[in-house]
Amino acid sequence: MLKNRSVVTIEDVSDEDLKEIFSIADDMEKLLKENRKADIMQSKIMCTLFYEPSTRTRLSFESAMHRLGGSVISMADVKTSSVSKGETLADTIRMADSYSDIIVIRHPLEGAARLASRFTNKPVINAGDGSGQHPTQTIMDLYTIRKELGHIDGINVLMLGDLKYGRTVHSLIIALSRFNVKITLVSPESLKIPDYILKRVHDEDKIKLSTDLESSLPEADVVYVTRIQRERFTDPNEYQALIGSYSIDSNSLEMMKKDSIIMHPLPRVDEISTEVDRDPRAAYFRQASNGVPVRMALISKIMGVM
Amino acid sequence: MTEENQTLKISKIRDGIVIDHIPAGRSIRLLSILNVGEHSGHTISLAMRVKSNKKDYKDVVKIENRNIAEEELSLISLIAPDATISFIENYNIKEKRKVKVPETISGILRCPNQNCISNAKEPVETIFHIVSEDPLEARCEYCERIFKGSDLIGKI
Repeated sequence: MLKNRSVVTIEDVSDEDLKEIFSIADDMEKLLKENRKADIMQSKIMCTLFYEPSTRTRLSFESAMHRLGGSVISMADVKTSSVSKGETLADTIRMADSYSDIIVIRHPLEGAARLASRFTNKPVINAGDGSGQHPTQTIMDLYTIRKELGHIDGINVLMLGDLKYGRTVHSLIIALSRFNVKITLVSPESLKIPDYILKRVHDEDKIKLSTDLESSLPEADVVYVTRIQRERFTDPNEYQALIGSYSIDSNSLEMMKKDSIIMHPLPRVDEISTEVDRDPRAAYFRQASNGVPVRMALISKIMGVM
Repeated sequence: MTEENQTLKISKIRDGIVIDHIPAGRSIRLLSILNVGEHSGHTISLAMRVKSNKKDYKDVVKIENRNIAEEELSLISLIAPDATISFIENYNIKEKRKVKVPETISGILRCPNQNCISNAKEPVETIFHIVSEDPLEARCEYCERIFKGSDLIGKI
């Protein structure tokens, strides 16, 4: 039961919760297609605290709350708020507690959402904490896989790119390992998955580590690509040498199954060439559009109205 | 030389505590985490690298007129998981206890992850959940990373 509970990590969402969220998200999608409003969150206020830049996550949370008939208050900019005067996160949360019914937070430090949940009785949703977790992106990713392929159990997932710092893959690996799936993790040696994430995986036998993309592509039902950040490399030549081996282009499409899909949490830079966008297997923009119905479903569950 | 002969190197104490079976070389760190030293006013006897029956070598520490709080026992367990503590009253052992690694440790350790919110100026104490006793590994309540005992003890 998610009612009045915080969602800090994907482990806070049970398998049963996931099923219910998916089913509600299906209904919300229909509602959105019919251009109707849910109006089940009237007089409820969501407070969004984004200490880091965000486009999709922030907009989709705010859009979801508005579509449900609720309102949103937010901290305009860290630079103009009391945070710049040295206010602790704990104090900011105490304030947000009295102004709103549900709090959404993104913060550069790991564990910030967990800390926030200790200073309020209102539910807190983690919208990304440093290199930690991003559970709502994961719910959205699982929803996308289920919608695109019809099922999650029995699939092969290839995850590609920055598996060390990419928080979306951390949550997703933990969540996928709860299903009957095979996961292949392909990354440069310096950006491989941290041990502390592998230790939280339900069954390590489901996971295979590799540095070779080409041999793993033909098996994959889902190719989940993440951005390799240029700034992670001290030598720009090293980045240029690497990026070609860990990106998806028309040659990669040749090697992939006809009914597979390519996902990406976006923003995309060099790791998926734009020629791939026209291929029906490119699911990343459809994936991003699932953000609103999935977050509508999650908010409704937490607020106890569904 | 037998263990008995070795322990005679340090004289008996009247009142206080004896911490035995400390892994060789760790007694200085143990004293520092217990905050006993030149300014604490206690008389301390310390024997390093004493031949032990149990392990090859061990350290032994005797602190006069000092007791041990419950939370200090868990702290000792991180550095010396096999340590025994004898509480001495009037030259007699009043009680002998083995340290036990607790399920959680609050407030004593610092998170080695510099990007963890518990290292920011927030009004919270650290919480670590023990995930393995041997080798010692603990998970930070906040950043959820799992650390080796040696990384955590280095931060005390």
